[in-house]
Parts: sequence; C-alpha cells; structure tokens
Amino acid sequence: MKKTDIFDVIIIGAGVVGSCIARFLSRYKLNIALVEKEAEVGFGTSKANSGVIHAGFHDRPGTLKANLCVTGNSMFDKLCEELNVPFKRCGALVVALENKELKILEKLKAQGEKNKVPGLKIIRDDDLFQIEPNLTRRVKAALYSPTVGVVSPYELTMALAENAKQNGVRILLDTEVKDVTFQDNGAKVVKTQKGVLFAKYLVNAAGLFADEIARMTGDNGFTIVPRKGEEYILDKKRKELVKHVIFPIPQRQTKGVLIIPTVDGNIMIGPTSQVIDDKFDLNTTGKGLQMILEKVRKIVPAINDRDIIASFAGLRASSEGGDFIIQPSAKIRGFINIAGIDSPGLTAAPAIAMMVAEILKGEGLKLVQKDSYQPSYRWIKFRELSPEQKEELIKKDKRYGNVVCRCENVTEGEIVDAIKRGARTLDGIKFRTRAGMGRCQGGFCTPRIMRIMMNELNIPLEKITKRGRKSNILWGKTK
Amino acid sequence: MREIKADVAIIGAGPAGLAAALSAEREGAGEVLVLDRGEELGGILPQCIHNGFGLHRFKEDLTGPEYAQRFIDEVKTKRKIDVKLKTIVLEINQNKEVLATNSEEGIFKIRANSLVLAMGCREKTREMLHIPGSRPAGIFTAGLAQQWVNLEGYLPGREVVILGSGDVGLIMARRLTLEGAEVKAVVEIMPYPGGLTRNVVQCLQDFDIPLLLEHTITFIHGKDRLEAVSVAKVNSKKEPIPGTEKIIPCDTLLLSVGLIPENELSSLAGIEIDPSTGGPVVDERMQTSVEGIFACGNVVQINDLVDYVSQQGEVAGKNAALYALGKLEQPKGVINLKKGRNIRSLVPQIISAQGKVSFFIRVKNPEQKVKLVLGKSIFQQKNPIVKPNQMITWEVPFEDLRLNDDVKELEVSIRKL
Repeated sequence: MKKTDIFDVIIIGAGVVGSCIARFLSRYKLNIALVEKEAEVGFGTSKANSGVIHAGFHDRPGTLKANLCVTGNSMFDKLCEELNVPFKRCGALVVALENKELKILEKLKAQGEKNKVPGLKIIRDDDLFQIEPNLTRRVKAALYSPTVGVVSPYELTMALAENAKQNGVRILLDTEVKDVTFQDNGAKVVKTQKGVLFAKYLVNAAGLFADEIARMTGDNGFTIVPRKGEEYILDKKRKELVKHVIFPIPQRQTKGVLIIPTVDGNIMIGPTSQVIDDKFDLNTTGKGLQMILEKVRKIVPAINDRDIIASFAGLRASSEGGDFIIQPSAKIRGFINIAGIDSPGLTAAPAIAMMVAEILKGEGLKLVQKDSYQPSYRWIKFRELSPEQKEELIKKDKRYGNVVCRCENVTEGEIVDAIKRGARTLDGIKFRTRAGMGRCQGGFCTPRIMRIMMNELNIPLEKITKRGRKSNILWGKTK
Repeated sequence: MREIKADVAIIGAGPAGLAAALSAEREGAGEVLVLDRGEELGGILPQCIHNGFGLHRFKEDLTGPEYAQRFIDEVKTKRKIDVKLKTIVLEINQNKEVLATNSEEGIFKIRANSLVLAMGCREKTREMLHIPGSRPAGIFTAGLAQQWVNLEGYLPGREVVILGSGDVGLIMARRLTLEGAEVKAVVEIMPYPGGLTRNVVQCLQDFDIPLLLEHTITFIHGKDRLEAVSVAKVNSKKEPIPGTEKIIPCDTLLLSVGLIPENELSSLAGIEIDPSTGGPVVDERMQTSVEGIFACGNVVQINDLVDYVSQQGEVAGKNAALYALGKLEQPKGVINLKKGRNIRSLVPQIISAQGKVSFFIRVKNPEQKVKLVLGKSIFQQKNPIVKPNQMITWEVPFEDLRLNDDVKELEVSIRKL
C-alpha cells in the first residue's frame, strides 16, 4: 500500500452491505477501496445470515426497513442473474397455531399491503397442506407471501465483491481500521495496521463495529447491540421437509425461529435471538439448540436432531432504536454511517447501496457513468452443467473430472477457479464451492483441498488457515 | 455418453471390494471392474500403519498396508480384474447401471450384470454430537488426523484431547504421543471403552494416557485455533453432572465417536437400509433387497476387524459372479430374523436356509455368562462374555437349525446360561 493512495471513496467493511455499495459505485468513474479486517469478504456477520430474502410485511410502514426491504426484494432477480448467484423465490408461510393468532395474520397482511408487498393472501386447510404437507395439522391458517426468496448470503457477498473488483474496486483484506482522522481540506485519513489510506468520501459499513468506527470520528450517536443467532443445518436427504420459508407468528423483537429450504438444498432451522456483550462470541449453545428444536417441531414434527450436519452462530449488528441508520454524519461532510443493519439487511442491501449513492451525491460526490462497467459476472458452475457440457469441459481441462469433495461433488477445477476468484482460506474455498460443507464436513477432502491451495497459492501447508489470523490447520511437519 | 459393460462392477477398492473382486474372478466372472475414488488400492488401509491386522485370516500380525498388499498383489495378477482409480461414482440404479467420472475418461456409464457395494464408511463429525461452543481450527476426526500424520507427514497440533475411545482414536493417541504431541486425555461417555481391549492396553495404558470413562466434552473454547475444552462427568442418562466440569487447555481435539456406513449411493438404487446397522439389509449371500446388487464390509455394518470385512467381501463377490453368470438360484422362501433380547444389530437380517450362514452380531449391553440362541439352536462361546464393543461372529450350518418349511421368522437373542 502506497502512502500516496487517495481514493474517491473508501468503504469500511466488506459484508454484504459494503460489497453492494462497492459494486454499485463501481459503475461510476471513481477510485474506490473496500477495506475489510477479516481474511475474506463476508466473513463477519454476512456469512452467518440465514439467506432469506424477505418480502417486507414484518416491518412497520414508514420505516427505512420497510421501504428498503420491499425495494431490495424487487431487485434480487436481476442482481442474482447478473452475478451468477442462485436465487429462488420459494415463497413463505407465516403459520398460526392458535385461533387467537389469526388476527395477527390479518394484521401482518394489512401491514404488508401498506408496505406494497405483492401477492399476500391467507390460506388454510387443503390449500395449505397440499403445498406444505409436512406441516402439523394443528396449523389453523397461514399468511402466504409469494415474493419471499432464498439466496446464499456468502456466495452473494463474494460475487458482489469480486464483480466490484472486476470493475476496478481495490479490495484490501486483513486490513483493520485503527483510527479515522480528518484533514483541513476535507480528506479522510484511514489508519490501518497495514498503512494509511486517504479518501475524499468515507462510508462506514463496519457492521458490528460501525459504532466503534463512528466514535473514532467523535460521533457517539449510536451504539450497536450484538444479538446472537444460532442456526442448524439438516442433511440434504431431508430437503423435502418444507418447500417454503416457514415463519411462526413474529415476536416483538424478531421474526422468530424459521424453517428455511436453503437455496443449496438443505433445510436450515433457526435463528435464536440473544442480546450479548461480546462482539466475538460465536458460540452455539445446548440451550439454543433445544429451544430451536422445540419451536420448529411444533410446526413440522418430522424435524429430527439426528439430521443436523452443521451448526453456526452469527451476530446481528442491531441498533438500539430498531430501525436502520443510514445517514451522513452531522459533523463531518462526506462521511456516511450505515448502522444497525440487522434483518432484513440482506434483502435491503441493494436498495441501501442505491440510497448511499444518492447521499454521497448530496454530499458533493460526482457520479459519472463509465463505459467499461461490466455488471455481468461469470464463472464456471460445474454442478449446473449438463452431462454433455461436463464431458466437454473435462476434455478441455482434466481437473474438472477429478472430484475432490465427494459429499458435494466438487471438482479440482472448481477449487482452482475459487482460488483464482480470490479464495485464500479453507472457509473461503468452502463458501465459494461447497467443498467440505456436506455430511462428512471435510473429513476426507481437507488434505486434498489444502494441497491444491498449496500449489496454486504457492504457500506451505502449515500456513493455510481455516479463516485467517491464527486459525492455522496444521502445527507442522512430523518428526 | 460412453458405455462400458462388466459382469461384476464393484464400487470401492478397500479390503471389502478387493476381496470381492478376487472372489468374483475365482468364481468365473468374465470381466470384473473395480472403481475407487482414491489414488491407490486398499481404501483406508494404507494410512493404518499400526499392526493387528490379519490375525484371524492369515494367523499373522500385519500392518494395514501389509494386509492390503496381499490382496493388491493378487489383484494385479488377474487379467480379468480391471481397476479404475481416481474415479468417482455419481449414481447407481436398480438396473445395475453406474454413472462414474474421472479425469481421463470424463463421465461414463457402466452396465453391469451384478453390482457389489463396498463403499465403506465415514466418521461421525463434531456436528452430529451437537457439542456447544465455538468453531475454531484444530478439530479433526481421528481418521483425518491419521491421514495427516501417516500419509501426509504433518502433525495437527501439540496438545491433544481425544473424544471417544473408538479404535481409531486409541491408535491415534499412541501415534501422536510417538510424534511428540501430548495427549492430555481420552474422554469416553460410556462406562467402558469403545475400542478393542488390546488397543486400550497398548495405546493408552502403556503410555500413561488418562482414559476418562463416563465423561464428555461440554464446550469448545477458542476463537481462531482451539484453546481448550470443557470436560464433565456424566450421569446414567449421559447428562453432564453440574459441578464436575473442568477445563483442559489444548490446541487439538480428535473425534473418535463412531463410524457411519456410506449408503448415499445405495439409497439412489432404492436399497432397503437397516436402521440398526445403517447399512443395507442383506441375506447370507450378502445380496441386498435389490436382486443382483450385493454389499460387503463397512458399508453393511461397522466391523471390528478387517478380517471380517474380507470374509464378507468374498461371499459378496462369489455370489455376484454367480448372479452375473445366471447361476445364482434365488431362494424358495426366506426367513426374517428378529432381534431379540440384548441384540443391537444383526447381519444378515434375512436367511434363505441353504448351506451355512455366518452371523455378525452386536449386543446392546455388556453381560456375563450368556449364550446365543437362534430358534432352537444354541451357541456358547468359550468365554461367555459379551460386550458392545466386540462383534460376535457365529457360523451356523442350516441343517443344525432343523427348521420346518413354513418358518418365516426366527428370533436371535442373548440369554443367561
């Protein structure tokens, strides 16, 4: 990093929001940097997102959440098509188990309609059980929402950042912002552990740490309250359990514990919702699992904890007020805070990016389209090819015939592609290719993946990490 | 798509598949095709460099690679056995068609007269135990750690705790100690060890490695790399007892908590799976519920000894060859075996009452002074003790059963002497 680097815009935080902003701004003639403290993009809160693209009936009319969620939802088909990311509008059902909850369904429907959510209707009996046969017959009725979808949050974040990079954005990983100061000429000085960066405009999309970045500038206007969510993933053999995202009647703070047919073909159950103090606490708990199982079994009794193949926890970067905070700093011109982006943040992210561009324009940034902007991002998706296409590809490049991960059928060719796209860690490979994500959880393929990484990245095996920092897999050579 | 024909196609070139291939060839099968995703023959055996293999079969104490080599050498002399390595099977179906792929040939189809499933097993993961805590680097299944140390030449870590006292975990406790790591404890939830007694003695006691019976891991600590595990004593319901928890600092956790037969392919062909073994329901000829598809080794049930795996492989291979040649008589009637007192699992699950049958049985609870009972037939071991971690083998000639033709079901049980 050269000391003389001056960027038009620096975005702090390469989660889905920061990556969306970077990609959106990359259509303009701007010199942009996306700065991330983790080893790869999306390794903070975004990778643990449940991947639901919400319709917008949960949020109070008039809030940023309601508006940006509905707008964001409508952008997903085009966005995912451009980025080559799978997206499925599977629809959702909010289920009422008690007669007294029927009123709440009506309220949600009215709220959704006020927010301009299309296609909401209340269904029951055969209409309901035919489309979702594994629901308990105790369900009295459900609010059906056809526009709810599912996406892979990490695949989306990575594709957004990679496409932004393709369009000229500099991505600085393993780069933690230590301080932000200002010069008299309005330039923002961003001190990182790797050196100093200068920017005319600064966007704070630091998620859990957005309050800390704001405080560096003397802005104490908001505090992030980490709220932990645990999620559990079931084996693909149970993928027929539900076809829609199943919501319970929402609680005051949360949308409740969901049953999600993920875009990758697993069923995911969760999340919990627990306010915590520690921004690094990603522990799953026995209590959390029991609570989730108890709740989802009330709705789909066939769910069995023996089918769980993976679990994780993520931290929502909630604001105290509850709504998104997306605004220019009151004190410093050209400094934008984006904070409190919890659910429906993933859905809203593309709409947030557009809003941020407008705010930047209002702050004086000139947005001039560049001709070279390429919104379409493509790489080979071996698993989606027809047998004939696969054959042809293997003939051209033998590495596509070498299956490395046998649970998810991921080939050497795809792992090499992931490294070329930017994967530097074992989790980075996993999130891009699904290698190691199946039922054996890398029990067979880890050494093979690491050998490919060693050769492609030209680093010794013991330097390879699970997800950056000191998460090395191996201690060293044997005696 | 290119198509290949075979008399007998065998999926998996571990000890089960190799024994099946040799036996099918001996029985006169025309072409025997063995498919394996690995880079060499032998399945998991090449990484099992410890001894204890072949005591039953060869009356010799061999290492894993030595045991495998005896079969590999023989396979290589057989012109009718064709082997495709680095080849993964994508699908199989009831018509005995196999879809496979490798770098050299791309995707191709095999039409076989009979199939032998010998895919082996995989290890249970941390996720299946639902251990709470964080997800740091440094958590390995015991077999993966064995692969790192024995095949790749890398040490996973320096301070190790092992959860589960299955054989692979016990073997790795010794192996890591020899490589200079400190194995701080082997933690076992049951009141008795999971692995063979000889491994408890030779791998733990000889190296003063503590075995904590009736204990489990209740929490995993560490942000980037594993930093510690919480260990607690459990009550009779396997629940941690409050107040007994202690923290053991370590950088590596090995899991040796059980193996699962790999039957994802079997399910594609609609083969019936026995929930108690996790493998296909088979008869004494190792034929599955789909005619012409046979199975053997750890894909059928988890075996204690490779010798048993080879034995089942031979039975499966022989009958697969007979089937392919149109010489295998389908039985007139079958007898379903019912699991009786203190029987956890039983292979075969169906018998057709011809010739003799070799039973492989696991019990639920340890017991002393017992006999095995099958219908009117009684079997007593020299040492009448049964343990869940020790498979019971029992060979019964059918004429001994003195069955009437109308018998449709028999109960197998463990009874007090």
